[in-house]
Amino acid sequence: MAMKIGEGKFKDNVNENMQDTFMRGAVAGAQERLRTRRLDAAEELGNWEEWRSHGEEIRKHVLDNLDYYLHELTENVQKRGGHVFFAETAEDANAYVREVVNSKNGKKIVKAKSMVTEEIGLNQILEEEGCEVIETDLGEYILQLDEHDPPSHIVTPALHKNKEQIRDVFAKKLDYKLTSKPEELALHAREKLRQEFLTADIGITGCNFAVAESGSISLVTNEGNARLVSALPKTQITVMGMERIVPTFEELDVLVSLLTRSAVGQKLTSYITALSGPRQEGDADGPEEFHLVIVDNGRSKILGTEFQSVLQCIRCAACINVCPVYRHIGGHSYNSIYPGPIGAVLTPLLGGYDDFKDLPYASTLCAACTDACPVKIPLHELLHKHRQVIVEKEGRAPISEKLAMKAFGLGAASNPIYGAGSKMASAMMKPFTKNDRISNGPGPLKAWTEIREFPAPNKERFRDWFKDHEKGGSGQ
Amino acid sequence: MTLLYGVNKVKVTLFITCIVDMFQADVGKATVEVLERLGCEIEFPMGQVCCGQPAYNSGYVEESKDAMKKMIATFEHAEVVVTPSGSCATMFKEYQHIFHDDPVWRPRAEKLASKTYELTEFIVDVLKVEDVGAKLNGVATYHPSCHMTRLLGVKDAPMTLLKNVKGLKFEPLPNAHNCCGFGGTFSVKMGNISKQMVDEKVDSAEMSGADFLIGADGGCLMNIGGRIERRGKPIRVLHIAEVLNSR
Repeated sequence: MAMKIGEGKFKDNVNENMQDTFMRGAVAGAQERLRTRRLDAAEELGNWEEWRSHGEEIRKHVLDNLDYYLHELTENVQKRGGHVFFAETAEDANAYVREVVNSKNGKKIVKAKSMVTEEIGLNQILEEEGCEVIETDLGEYILQLDEHDPPSHIVTPALHKNKEQIRDVFAKKLDYKLTSKPEELALHAREKLRQEFLTADIGITGCNFAVAESGSISLVTNEGNARLVSALPKTQITVMGMERIVPTFEELDVLVSLLTRSAVGQKLTSYITALSGPRQEGDADGPEEFHLVIVDNGRSKILGTEFQSVLQCIRCAACINVCPVYRHIGGHSYNSIYPGPIGAVLTPLLGGYDDFKDLPYASTLCAACTDACPVKIPLHELLHKHRQVIVEKEGRAPISEKLAMKAFGLGAASNPIYGAGSKMASAMMKPFTKNDRISNGPGPLKAWTEIREFPAPNKERFRDWFKDHEKGGSGQ
Repeated sequence: MTLLYGVNKVKVTLFITCIVDMFQADVGKATVEVLERLGCEIEFPMGQVCCGQPAYNSGYVEESKDAMKKMIATFEHAEVVVTPSGSCATMFKEYQHIFHDDPVWRPRAEKLASKTYELTEFIVDVLKVEDVGAKLNGVATYHPSCHMTRLLGVKDAPMTLLKNVKGLKFEPLPNAHNCCGFGGTFSVKMGNISKQMVDEKVDSAEMSGADFLIGADGGCLMNIGGRIERRGKPIRVLHIAEVLNSR
């Protein structure tokens, strides 16, 4: 499994997933909880708009100077005895990790949650090598046990499952005999996972932000699993997207403050860890060997384009948590491990329009995403830019739509055409009109009237009334 | 220009929107009558067409530019432009960005943006009127449309005016912030999703217990109203101009 998680057409996925009433209830409930918590946390911090602007400024600065900070980060990781590998593609990244794992004769690998390793499909590569790979984030662990069910959300990956479903998975895979109480389920997972941590050869983590000045990587979790992944195994491999850098700890402070509040409405998560390379002399724990894999996989092609701001993303999912489209269709409909507004912008850039050209249209451009984004990515504008590229540069729009829009362009800009069209509309629609409504419209109205009534065009248009009104006629 | 209510007549150039022109003439009439009652002199340039939003939002930027230029040329002489739609007002403000690299049209678009107002914003912020003397008996709920609140930034003006309508009680609309599922061509292109979104909006309106669902954007109201009619719900959909014109 890599970034693309299914073969189905977007429309079919949507129709199928919208039947899943449990998923929809779970998503709606989670959205409302997370949105309220985020707004409360932002209010509690105060000056939220200033914080957002500051966050945006930091992210823009890093992207504009990414070569510089990548160099600084690399030098500082190496200074502390860590290895750095820059992977241009997913294949390069996977090959490097596989090589490290094989050189250590690694058999058991524990992983902390990482979207970029999902994006490059690392688990599958390692499993094909004969390794046992264990996800230790509880949500990811549940999905892995459930026949590698893909994540449906970037922060809470198992959002689409309820506790009864989780109990059934545990019963089947872990010989679990207790109830569906979350505490009992979590305790059971914790006991199982503890054994895995203690016996793992290799630990693999993602990276929320790398700090260039010190060569540190930071990990933000609530479960503490990332600390065990990075403290117990002898070898640690951290995989990060190339854009996830901050210059210093000062900027880390700002971005973590925005991240935890935006993602889960917490001032801080239970664990925020900064790790600087392998175990140094005198350190009580930590890996003997540390590898940092910096993944490009299409990101550098976004730099310098009109889509660059998407790389500001800090993966908080605030946009997903307010998206009224995601609310009804769930994460799996997007066919990408990156769902929701951020996914609809990022996925076509990383994975191409062939597979993902429907995603930018899965939005009403309501701008709830843009409003929620803590680093001010203009998400709805980027969705619109995608549409423009699809229509104007790629020429991928259906012919019928192109013709309709051409006609619209001519008609809307011309008084004679607009005037005649709007005047004739009432008469033309008359055969379809009953009680001033159209219930079964022809042509382009069909799709509308399958769902809703369409108003019959006014016999007297507003402009006709106004002419009379101006002369002191009917309106007075 | 002097904007002193009751002293000098304020000359308002009305951008009625194509939806109101063709389908919601009553909303247009109400807009004119409310503004005239508040001392405005209304001018309606017959050259106005559509603002171009349907094509623009679908990605047909070049195809929609002629309509935009036509609108700029039609309205640039105005002292103020007022429109009973948050979304269409937003589009007028968007022109300056669309023509960002055009040395001729950009300054003209900027000028237009600086004098364009959504109806309730104009009444509250420019005319400085909070009570238009309207009267309507019943229970209402309000749907804040997305472009008006998030892009245009007009959040408080509609409720400021509605709270002063005599006889009208308000119940909150659950999850009011969620889009109604209109989104222009989205409503037909992604009809399956749109249906779920508008159904949730209709359910929320029903849950509020309101007799009236009030909004300030023709597109959203056509969507929500059309679904309410199809489902046969006893809720009346009203544009805010119609409410403000109720006596």
